[in-house]
Amino acid sequence: MTPPKYLTARSVEEALSLLSQYGEKAKFVSGGTDFLMQLKRGEAAPECLICLGEIRDLDFIKYDEINGLRIGALTTIVNVAKASLIQSKFSILAQAAGMLGTPAIRNQATLGGNLCNAAPSADTAPPLLVLGAIAKTAGMEGEKIVPLEDFFVGPGQTILGQDRLLTEIQIPNMLPHSGGAYLKQKRRQGADLAVVGVAALVVMEGEVLKDVKIALGAVAPTPIRAKKAEEILRGKKLDQGLLEKSGQAASGDARPIDDIRGSADYRRELLAVLTKRAITQAIQMAEGR
Amino acid sequence: MMPELILEINGAKYEVKAATTATLAEVLREELGFTGTKMMCNEGECGACTVLINGKPMLSCMILAIDAQNKDILTIEGLADPVTGRLHPIQKAFVEHSGMQCGVCTPGMILTAKALLDENPDPTEEDVRRALSGNLCRCGNYRRITECVLDAAEVMRTGERDDK
Repeated sequence: MTPPKYLTARSVEEALSLLSQYGEKAKFVSGGTDFLMQLKRGEAAPECLICLGEIRDLDFIKYDEINGLRIGALTTIVNVAKASLIQSKFSILAQAAGMLGTPAIRNQATLGGNLCNAAPSADTAPPLLVLGAIAKTAGMEGEKIVPLEDFFVGPGQTILGQDRLLTEIQIPNMLPHSGGAYLKQKRRQGADLAVVGVAALVVMEGEVLKDVKIALGAVAPTPIRAKKAEEILRGKKLDQGLLEKSGQAASGDARPIDDIRGSADYRRELLAVLTKRAITQAIQMAEGR
Repeated sequence: MMPELILEINGAKYEVKAATTATLAEVLREELGFTGTKMMCNEGECGACTVLINGKPMLSCMILAIDAQNKDILTIEGLADPVTGRLHPIQKAFVEHSGMQCGVCTPGMILTAKALLDENPDPTEEDVRRALSGNLCRCGNYRRITECVLDAAEVMRTGERDDK
């Protein structure tokens, strides 16, 4: 096999123009931590690598009171995890980013890479889904924005196709009295992919759950929202019975598989437990406890 | 296609031909003789191939050599003082307190620890364990490794025993 051609894109325009030349024979590479595994395993054999690391414009974290948070696709996971702004205002995202891989992997991997690789277990996806994140993409015909919920198509597949690039993630401000939590079950304390990941975000009005969002990782072909579980809690005052029901509903929303990290049955059981815990922690967070 | 790469390793520039798909670990070990960088799992799980790139621990088996150009790469060979050969305090601590058993994880452990101490000169045991959580030691020598890093941190802070 001839090694692929290596091209460096220095701007979004250049990346898109290279992509239009090579189409499906090309592969965008940012941090490379997922891609190099695919290359070594022979799962990917592109004719051309388009290196994105030199596009400095896509490495940023910006915030303003009106529009909320914007994170460039090439921002490293460590910078997402350690940004004081994200830690204070969007702690659920910082928390999840800090749980991704190992410290060295977090130094290399990027937020855009984690999302575009579209692993069902991608740690940044569940928190971004409950935060209502929007993906900004660029193509030859211009920019498009799409809710992150519609971004994932299947394992390793996104809506980007062969002609678009993810450039930015936008996250609206959290409402007052909000709280969020991301729980990740692993096989060991150290680095591991999620057996199950659960993100919960609540907005409280007194004792009532004015709004609830729950997202699940590693239990379906893509990261998903657990909408039935949310529905059970929305607008209600929390009690043990409802919490139980929402945990069960989250299990029902999932379509887990058996794999080396756990069986489908184990994942369903775990989901019920972790969903309850995530909601409880999110409420505590919202109430400032 | 074998492009000519220029890599900056331990303060010196090296020209080397390598395939576009060659990892930095492969080029360091097989083309340039920096065999202090270990290659074990070759899939980003074990941390043995850790080098510092622009001061941060990264996995050389998970980086294309071609992407490592124009960056400051530090391998274990570059850690001791190049003139006097005096060991870095972390290396010294590993020698004095038996921080290594088989030695395969050691270069990665020491470089990861260096990056930690550069950022946080006074870490807690928990900080050390977290920082080293991506470096596996199959001899199970974690307790002593952690002690070595804490000891080195103290030496680096106080300057004590620097000339021993």
